[in-house]
Amino acid sequence: MSNVFTLMLLRETRLMFRRPAELVNPLVFFAIVIALFPLAVGPESQLLQTLSPGLLWVAALLAVLLSLDGLFRSDFEDGSLEQWVVSPHPLVVLVLAKVLAHWLYCGLALVMLSPLLALMLGMPLDRIPTLLLSLLLGTPVLSLLGAVGAALTVGLKRGGILLALLILPLYIPVLILGSGVIQAALQGLPTTGYLLWMASLTMLTVTLAPFAIAAGLRISVGE
Amino acid sequence: MNWTWFHKLGSPKWFYEISGRWLPWLSVSAVLLIVVGAVMGLAYAPPDYQQGNSFRIIYIHVPAAFLAQSTYISLAIAGVVGLVWKMKIADVAVQQAAPIGAWMTVIALVTGAVWGKPTWGAWWVWDARLTAMLILLFLYFGIIALGHAISNRESSAKACAILAIVGVVNIPIIKYSVDWWNTLHQPATFTITEKPAMPMEMWLPLLIMTIGFYCFFAAVLLMRMRLEVLRRESRTRWAQAEVARQIGRSA
Amino acid sequence: MTDAYLETVDLACERDWRLLFEHLHVSVKPKDMLQVSGPNGSGKTSLLRLLAGLMRPTTGDVLINGVSIHQQRNELTSNLLWLGHAAGIKGLLTAEENLMWLSALHHGASREQVWYALAAVGLAGFEDVPCHTLSAGQQRRVGLARLYLDAPALWILDEPFTALDKQAVTQLELHLAAHCNQGGMVVLTTHHPLQNAPSTFRELDLGQATL
Repeated sequence: MSNVFTLMLLRETRLMFRRPAELVNPLVFFAIVIALFPLAVGPESQLLQTLSPGLLWVAALLAVLLSLDGLFRSDFEDGSLEQWVVSPHPLVVLVLAKVLAHWLYCGLALVMLSPLLALMLGMPLDRIPTLLLSLLLGTPVLSLLGAVGAALTVGLKRGGILLALLILPLYIPVLILGSGVIQAALQGLPTTGYLLWMASLTMLTVTLAPFAIAAGLRISVGE
Repeated sequence: MNWTWFHKLGSPKWFYEISGRWLPWLSVSAVLLIVVGAVMGLAYAPPDYQQGNSFRIIYIHVPAAFLAQSTYISLAIAGVVGLVWKMKIADVAVQQAAPIGAWMTVIALVTGAVWGKPTWGAWWVWDARLTAMLILLFLYFGIIALGHAISNRESSAKACAILAIVGVVNIPIIKYSVDWWNTLHQPATFTITEKPAMPMEMWLPLLIMTIGFYCFFAAVLLMRMRLEVLRRESRTRWAQAEVARQIGRSA
Repeated sequence: MTDAYLETVDLACERDWRLLFEHLHVSVKPKDMLQVSGPNGSGKTSLLRLLAGLMRPTTGDVLINGVSIHQQRNELTSNLLWLGHAAGIKGLLTAEENLMWLSALHHGASREQVWYALAAVGLAGFEDVPCHTLSAGQQRRVGLARLYLDAPALWILDEPFTALDKQAVTQLELHLAAHCNQGGMVVLTTHHPLQNAPSTFRELDLGQATL
């Protein structure tokens, strides 16, 4: 079983690196959205610094959301999903590997890009670790919850906007906690408690979401 | 324990018959309770010592808000029943209850805004309760949109059920995080919910209205479900006979 | 009970308010080959997907050894080879990588076995070519190469002959017949009349009202 898990990761990695442009797209999107805000609200550094936790989180969230639309689409179209469903291996394991791959190549990449953008928004250097930690704990939740929506909408011709409609309300807690932690850090408040809350939210999602994703895929395949 | 009633409940024909018997009772009690509650609340309850007469909107706002939240929970429960026990009626219930819940959320939001104007001096305040209500409305929109997007009705019912279950797990987390967000950003504001104990003349109409709203919800839900059951069972003989009977009666 | 391995009981399927078939009783036992035929839209693919457990029937059930497949998914999935319209071939992966992955989803296969299977379908020399550069017929053959691996007993194949040339069609027909003779089972849809069917060949016409 763990063998299939690693093979799935390997397969996803191969697919990802044979189309490297798709790896870069969410990152470029992330950077562009962040660049839009100073242009929209003005370059005043105090204002940007106050807004920066929210901006970084909203931009990261949208970047993940956009990359999720295609998460299962090609597997659905070329019949791969059917093969996973008729396989004796548990679909939950396959799905978990697939989402882990998505997080590694999208979520983690966003986390690594975020310090640069945070500095451009004027966030002090000593707050960067909190930012990294909050995104590190939060982006898996974004990938997993988004995958639930992607699984439910994969059979639909134009699922993009619907996916956003389904998933964005579910993203609210992690957005609030994630940006709130950074805000608390900016105000010099202790953050450990909130980070622990985020960690438990992440654990909860890792435990439950794969079952919802697998159930959603079965429905989409069975249609 | 005898579980036959539970499985019988899953049969559309049985549901149609039994709900036809309940429907008049529910409708009559909904109308009676809402009329009595409204008259008591609007005419007989004393004005609030702080807010005067403007508080009377709670007789709509609070029952609607209650109903909006419990409808979402019942969506998830019906979803579980439909997914686990493959009960068709539960599938029907998920899709038919969602729009009612969404309307109740809208009523709660609008009356909340109307109430907010004299209380806070603004139509909309990012108060924790109102914000959580707004998010609930978005959750309802998601379920309704998904239900309309998937053309195969069995798949769409199952997909909605899964979304409702994921949503209901999220609701306490959303509530907690919104509360926390509220205290982080605007500590110690006046919230609607923290009120001194109400006298009996005030809360009795509220209780009556709330029960009336639940009866109204149940009646509307049954009506919608009966219609959907007829549509789904249109191939079967009993459904065709029933439609013929209804048409014959109205002609 | 009969000695059927896979059977359907009073199966009905409804798609988008339209009844495709009902009261369907089909049974497949070892060495059987069942061709599902009928006009477009008569529910051939739906029936195959029901048998493979990908879809749930409107009423009725699909049984393996007398027990519903939804109560023993493992019994079905570990004995089933399913080839749908789309065979699950990734254009960006090579033929070998595709086959290694698809077989890993089931029993697994060694590199030598995969190369042998690819050679058997006439794709020797194409092992490390990305599949999107292959022709439609060649891509189809990559999917069919799974039939030459250490395959499970029950094959459910949706239009396996599409895009194949004459010689490949004959070869596949013979291979299917050989599988049945060795005790395997094949359920397939095709519009093409089979030339080399085994003696146990039967046809199920969904276009006809009575079965």
